[in-house]
Amino acid sequence: MKLMWFHLMPYTELPDDFRERHPSVWVDIHSSLFDPKRAHVMYNDFMDELEYAAACGFDAICVNEHHSNGYGLMPSPNLIATALARRTTDTALCVLGNSLALYNPPTRVAEEFAMIDCISGGRLIAGFPVGTPMDTCYAYGQNPSMLRERYLEAHDLVVRAWTERETFAFNGRFNQQRYVNIWPRPVQTPHPPIWIPGGGSVETWQWCAEMDYVYCYLSYYGYKAGRATMQGFWDEMARLGKDRNPYRAGFLQFIGVAETRAKAMELYRGPAEYFYGRCLHVDPRFATPPGYVTEATQRAGLESQVQKAANANPVLGSTTGTRMQAVAREMEDIVDRGYVIVGSPDEVVAQLSEVATELNVGHLMLLLQFGNMGKDLAQYNTRLFAETVMPRMRGLFAEWEDRWWPQPMARETRVTPPAFHPGALAAE
Amino acid sequence: MTQPETLSVEIAASTCRVWRHGAGRKLGFLAGFGGLPRWMPVLDRLSAQRQLIVPSLPGFPGAEGFRSLDTHLDWLLAVHDLLQQAGLDGTDLVASSVGAAFAAEMAALWPSSVRRLVLIAPFGLFDEADPPADPWAVRPADQGALFCADPARWAELKAVPEGANSIEWPIIQNRASEAAARAFWPLGNTRLERRLGRITAPTLLLWGAEDRVMPRTYAQRIAAALGGPSEIRIIEGAGHLAELDRPEAVAEAALAWTA
Repeated sequence: MKLMWFHLMPYTELPDDFRERHPSVWVDIHSSLFDPKRAHVMYNDFMDELEYAAACGFDAICVNEHHSNGYGLMPSPNLIATALARRTTDTALCVLGNSLALYNPPTRVAEEFAMIDCISGGRLIAGFPVGTPMDTCYAYGQNPSMLRERYLEAHDLVVRAWTERETFAFNGRFNQQRYVNIWPRPVQTPHPPIWIPGGGSVETWQWCAEMDYVYCYLSYYGYKAGRATMQGFWDEMARLGKDRNPYRAGFLQFIGVAETRAKAMELYRGPAEYFYGRCLHVDPRFATPPGYVTEATQRAGLESQVQKAANANPVLGSTTGTRMQAVAREMEDIVDRGYVIVGSPDEVVAQLSEVATELNVGHLMLLLQFGNMGKDLAQYNTRLFAETVMPRMRGLFAEWEDRWWPQPMARETRVTPPAFHPGALAAE
Repeated sequence: MTQPETLSVEIAASTCRVWRHGAGRKLGFLAGFGGLPRWMPVLDRLSAQRQLIVPSLPGFPGAEGFRSLDTHLDWLLAVHDLLQQAGLDGTDLVASSVGAAFAAEMAALWPSSVRRLVLIAPFGLFDEADPPADPWAVRPADQGALFCADPARWAELKAVPEGANSIEWPIIQNRASEAAARAFWPLGNTRLERRLGRITAPTLLLWGAEDRVMPRTYAQRIAAALGGPSEIRIIEGAGHLAELDRPEAVAEAALAWTA
């Protein structure tokens, strides 16, 4: 199986009373909380951590896109991925991803991803999320009633831009371009593998099946909460006659490993409570812009609520924002609910193997830095995982082929960037 | 409750419900944010003296289709077709909030299609120094207090009626909010201000004294830009949807203006 190292790049110095004094970590989080000189240190630490994970042997390092967000400092994951391409060799670069409807024209995504693919010698995984309501509709002002239509059209345009050999005109409903002809072109043919991070909507599952894309469920709530969604995904694959190849799926999981469970609880309590307490503090005003959740998904949500005889104030479909309202914030509860898998190497192997097999997920995206975790602890967690957990999980799903993994140029044809010695350069 | 005659008209985007009630000279009514999930008291008052015609705008309760409307021009033509087919050509129009933005556009683009106009706190403008509230960034529990001086009026409008489908009803209400978003996201600014000078129909601007969505200063701004005669009247004790809070006062002013 594939073990991938994921960074959200959270701002690590939100104040202790953040929940009490500030309405939201996202959209209108106050600029006074951001210290660019501290962010200089954070960005460099985070990139060190990603490079370290690559050096420890993780199959991929993963970055993602958020806007106006105190727990996600990557408005442009492409900038980070490009820097990582120069400081890693064989590790896949998973950009999960670019929210297609936010780019005008969307060919910008085709170009930048092609650049990363060229610079890295074909190591890119191209992720295309719709994007959360907070990112897309509020921070970026996109119309929620047209977001999905724009996303799907932008996808078609990007794929054509990667694959058509001649300059063409794109006459879309939302995008018109007379001359589409991107330079550079991606190394991978026909194009980098496309992965789709999504919530639990049946339309997304069907589309992934139709397009033969990887579906990624990036939940912050762990394997217990993710079980029903992944069950729904595999049921839908079965209904559509698709095989159970676990590499059709990706799943996000927080991990804290230490020599003993007691030590792990002690080490990761602070970062976990910081993440679930402060980072997921989103004002519910920004959770459900009308039209973001399709009517079919609203209907399914309401029907299941009626079946459960649930509350009198129905929620019209669940979004990233609505799920954040009901989150556990204390370590014992966080661990009980399975948000974070915490324990000794043996315990983590046991639980994570169960997650992989029960959810039937071949791509595990692991958050080994979370909340306000510093670089030392992040690297300890990463190294211990790589040395004691990874070797015992790698063999899972050996019977299946991962058809969705990057196909880089042959090792001997790829360049090795020279080591960086600024003093030596100056002396030349 | 009043049982209006319910007709339906076909336009390209949608099949739209049209309510008709009362006798006399025709008067059109376009609802505000949230639309008309049910008949409401202001319509009784207006139809007591006039033949009241109430078309549902695409996407609002009574008119499902609207997702083919991508541009402002698409919307304007859809509303124009709807009013024509509902028999509202050259008649008086009373319109509120998002409906009032469309009514103003009709009067600007097709001056002969509107005789006299009553606009209740129209959408369509945005002043950075005095911005409207964001009607799409509000918790469901706080909607009533945003749209009405008395939140109970909004709750009554939106409550699930006995016997209604409890799954479809909230989806219909959400669709109304989406339709408004499709036409007015993110700021409500359709650049209507540029076209106000084309409006020659005599226009009454009604504004709730407690409007928490549209700043009251917009009334002066609109009046100053209109190409015809106008008057501003503030409705005490009313919020953004003044017709919900003070149906008698709104109807009385509207009937007097269009007499």
